[in-house]
Amino acid sequence: MGKTLYEKLWDSHVVRALADGTCLVYIDRQLVHEVTSPQAFAGVRARHRGLWRADANLAVADHNVPTKDRALGISDPTSRVQIETLDRNCREFGVVLFAMDDVRQGIVHVVGPEQGATLPGMTIVCGDSHTSTLGAFGALAYGVGTSEVEQVMATQCLLQKRSRTMRVRLEGTVPAGVGAKDMALAVIGKIGTAGGTGYAIEFAGSAVRALSMEGRMTLCNMAIEAGARAGLVGVDETTLSYLAGRPFAPSGALWDQAVRAWRTCVTDPDATFDREWVIDVSALAPQVTFGTSPEMVVPIDGQVPDPARESDAARREALTAALRYMDLRPGTPMTEVPIDVVFIGSCTNARIEDLRAAAEVVAGRKVAAGVRRALVVPGSGLVKRAAEAEGLDRIFKEAGFEWRDPGCSMCLAMNADRLESGERCASTSNRNFEGRQGAGGRTHLVSPQMAAAAAIAGHFVDVRHH
Amino acid sequence: MQRFEKETGLVVPLDRLNVDTDAIIPKQFLKAVGRTGFGANLFDNWRYLDRGEPGQETARTPNPDFVLNKPRYQGASILLARANFGCGSSREHAPWALVEYGIRAIVAPSFADIFYQNSLKNGLLPVVLPEDTVDRLFQAVEAEVGYALTIDLRAERVFAHDEEIGTFAIDPFRKECLLNGLDDIGWTLRHEAEIREYEARRRREAPWLFPAEGSRI
Repeated sequence: MGKTLYEKLWDSHVVRALADGTCLVYIDRQLVHEVTSPQAFAGVRARHRGLWRADANLAVADHNVPTKDRALGISDPTSRVQIETLDRNCREFGVVLFAMDDVRQGIVHVVGPEQGATLPGMTIVCGDSHTSTLGAFGALAYGVGTSEVEQVMATQCLLQKRSRTMRVRLEGTVPAGVGAKDMALAVIGKIGTAGGTGYAIEFAGSAVRALSMEGRMTLCNMAIEAGARAGLVGVDETTLSYLAGRPFAPSGALWDQAVRAWRTCVTDPDATFDREWVIDVSALAPQVTFGTSPEMVVPIDGQVPDPARESDAARREALTAALRYMDLRPGTPMTEVPIDVVFIGSCTNARIEDLRAAAEVVAGRKVAAGVRRALVVPGSGLVKRAAEAEGLDRIFKEAGFEWRDPGCSMCLAMNADRLESGERCASTSNRNFEGRQGAGGRTHLVSPQMAAAAAIAGHFVDVRHH
Repeated sequence: MQRFEKETGLVVPLDRLNVDTDAIIPKQFLKAVGRTGFGANLFDNWRYLDRGEPGQETARTPNPDFVLNKPRYQGASILLARANFGCGSSREHAPWALVEYGIRAIVAPSFADIFYQNSLKNGLLPVVLPEDTVDRLFQAVEAEVGYALTIDLRAERVFAHDEEIGTFAIDPFRKECLLNGLDDIGWTLRHEAEIREYEARRRREAPWLFPAEGSRI
């Protein structure tokens, strides 16, 4: 019987298998950022001889970095110490680092692929749950804790158990105005925020094949929001043409050799999965979350649901608490929900294609008077430069958006970009948890097109009719 | 790593689905570069009425309605929780904060994968019990002040008032590590030769994964 992509990736990285199924697994690439690495570097310094393979690591500061007035430095002293600590650690241990003034700096999950540092067939980890993004390349990529960051630094390996396999087939052609973010939210709405727990999810089907690498990254990015540590998409021509010529991708004869191997990074036709879902996306509407978990999502033409109609007591309580926090009444049409802030950015939706899609909606229009702040935060310095070359920055600025420097920004609000208590945000990020974008802030997750349309209207609107 | 063999302790119930790691330890405390100091900010947004900042020296205003602040749960070492506990961000600061606060075990119907692994690496035992057992435990804790559980890792059993409440499963390898306080790195480095051997084979099969000497990556 054939193997799934996940099984191929797993089997080719097992160094040693234990009787109970725990395996010593080799890690090809580790991406490093400032928040989850200082304790790991300190551990290596105190207990080990150094990094097993410094050249397997690539570092960039993203969570804490300011997104404006960078020339003035970092005003928050604790953030500054953390970023300086990363600089110092990378120098000491010989890890390649894209510093804050480097045009290649940006969100770690945008930077890795952009540089060709995340390749098919690899095992890739990072002390960040959205590492699942990188599975879009037919790689096994997942987030780990700081103890595991240290273990990879010290041994290039992790002790793990094989996940179960799930395939989510998205079939059909999505309507205009509907994209990868809507597919991701629809999947989470269907299988639930714990639906993928214990699984690696492979996304397949005609709608996934039709996606660009940017779209596939958006989809895999949110696998973790469905509970799955890893999201995967099999390699095809789209994957290969994205990678060709990237700085850290192989070239010449080595490229040809790699491509032959990468073409096998797909699920065999006769392989079976532990669980399979098929979702028809040909009539999918743009999605918008209303609550404090990504599974609390409805189509834009839907309404805030009524907790009284939820039969399970714990779920009813969760829904009631969410609507209280979000200050929403059951039955309210989503298109009548006004917004205060718009955030276009994050490892989910800050790549060039996302900015193009948003700019297309914004072009020639103005941000509504009631919107207090509208931010566009490109995923990397190179995305920013490419967008400026296309004139996207002018479109955003003329409409009243702020055009910022790259970083995680208001997705998790570790830097100065955050919601004030009670503010409501149309956000292209990935988590609508309580306080995620700032204590008391209210997050609605949407696609870049939907966020742009909401900015113009001052409330959510159906971008299909915008 | 702190060993775990058996824990008898007061139970504090946190009756919420999908408790995420942003709630367990909010982002502003992640700016620290050490592994300690997170316990005071465990569940910060729920536990205090004022907004917490790292390095704060002023006294905080506890939220009297939050379960951890109720007098009857002071000193609890076992957290009773709902499904999908620890979802979201991979921050290991979440188990660090729980351990520093004094939690030694968490009982829930399910855990998010990354949180589960992170807990095991910090001597914090995640115990999965069936949903209906957890429901009954929530009722029992509510009904009896001082309700305590005993969690016996060696036997993989949970007891209340010397009566068995349920059994749980844990990977034998992880169990050994917890019982003996062993960490993964120490174990892994005993197999250094095998890692080198694997690496040498991969260098031949997939040379593009290994940059040439002297190249930047």
